[in-house]
Amino acid sequence: MIHFILHDARDSVGVVVVEGVKTGMELTGWIMDEDRQVTVTAIQDIPIGHKLALRDMAVGDAVCKYGVDIGRVVTPIRAGAHAHVHNIKTTRW
Amino acid sequence: MISPSTTFRGYRRENRRVGVRNHVVILPVDDLSNAACEAVARNIAGTLALPHPYGRLQFGEDLELHFRTLIGTGSNPNVAAVIVIGIEDGWTRRVADGIARTGKPVTGFGIEGHGDHDTIMRASRTAKEYVQWASEQRREECPLEELWVSTKCGESDTTSGCGANPTVGNAFDKLYALGATLVFGETSEITGGEQVVAARCRTAPVREQFMAMFDRYQAMINRHKTNDLSESQPTKGNIAGGLTTIEEKALGNIQKIGKQCRVDGVLDKAEVPGGPGLWFMDSSSAAAEMVTLCAASGFAVHLFPTGQGNIIGNPILPVIKLCANPRTVRTMSEHIDLDTSGLLQRVMTLDQAGDQLLDIMLRTANGRLTAAEALGHREFVLTRLYESA
Repeated sequence: MIHFILHDARDSVGVVVVEGVKTGMELTGWIMDEDRQVTVTAIQDIPIGHKLALRDMAVGDAVCKYGVDIGRVVTPIRAGAHAHVHNIKTTRW
Repeated sequence: MISPSTTFRGYRRENRRVGVRNHVVILPVDDLSNAACEAVARNIAGTLALPHPYGRLQFGEDLELHFRTLIGTGSNPNVAAVIVIGIEDGWTRRVADGIARTGKPVTGFGIEGHGDHDTIMRASRTAKEYVQWASEQRREECPLEELWVSTKCGESDTTSGCGANPTVGNAFDKLYALGATLVFGETSEITGGEQVVAARCRTAPVREQFMAMFDRYQAMINRHKTNDLSESQPTKGNIAGGLTTIEEKALGNIQKIGKQCRVDGVLDKAEVPGGPGLWFMDSSSAAAEMVTLCAASGFAVHLFPTGQGNIIGNPILPVIKLCANPRTVRTMSEHIDLDTSGLLQRVMTLDQAGDQLLDIMLRTANGRLTAAEALGHREFVLTRLYESA
């Protein structure tokens, strides 16, 4: 089963595509552009459609999705954590 | 699979454009005329009133857009004939004359000097003639390239960028190769992906026009914003669905223009494209506003990917919904025309999803009602540029 999807191998976050991801679950990810799989352990419950951090990120780091910068880290994020509006902000507005 | 010999059964109008619906529209010029239009639509079966809240004391570019949107709506090939009703004769005639340039039957009625009763009676007599005439129009085989196809997504979430939007992109790539006429827009919702779109523009002048539209919209947002727009853009629904920033939303959004299409030109709001290809329309990202503008530009079917479940429809433009979020497909199934959630589990390829979308699009063009049509969604929302005089 695919638990999460990466658009690009450079992405620092993946999208959870199944319901019921809980803390401690070993998750299988699919890198769409390369058709390759990776695994990450969830350290928080993550709802379907929400993002999973694939590596530790520090405040000020750029978040990469689609191989492109989608915002800045504003609170440290650990690999396997829920990555969303509480720890990432836009750089545009 | 589609090919250059693929056809659909549409209504060929007097100006040679092809429609997929056969509406007789009762069109108010202004808010005051909604009641008369709705009364005519109650009197005459098979007519469709399009009430809206505007049309008084507008001026300048905003007024031009109002006229362009009303005239474009009446001129759309999905419309067989039009009754125009306005409070006074001048602007009523202006809208009716604009629609008459297509060659289709249209008559305008001004209310002042007559009152609602007399206007409704006379307009109903004409509407009855139009409906009976329209009921004898017949569909004919038309090449697929004559079907104008628009797209806009709504209540997106992260599954939109992985599943539903790339499906539209795959269908657009295939339609583009056939020489179809296509449009996308949502100027604010390209923020963070504008360089990707700019790089897809066919010529330097098109790129400059696109960037000028993008920059103007950004300046407007920066002038009026009071925060980082979180909960407005991305919407609260987008955020609930997992989208975090406008950049992330934009990069998902532009998956709709596929991998091969080039942007051949840009359009102002409700402007009619001058030829085939992919057009960018400077437009609102709000679903009903954007889809109403697509209808006014003459598009005949609309591909609408959603993640969290936007339920929009349009009175004259069939809106086909597709969704890749398995929870939305399960909980809101009555709104979804095509389930592409299989993409996320690799049980469906993008090519298969694109072909399935083209199949449902052709069935819709041939007369199948969309979920939004069956559910009675008729959101007709005019874009305003600024305050009235």
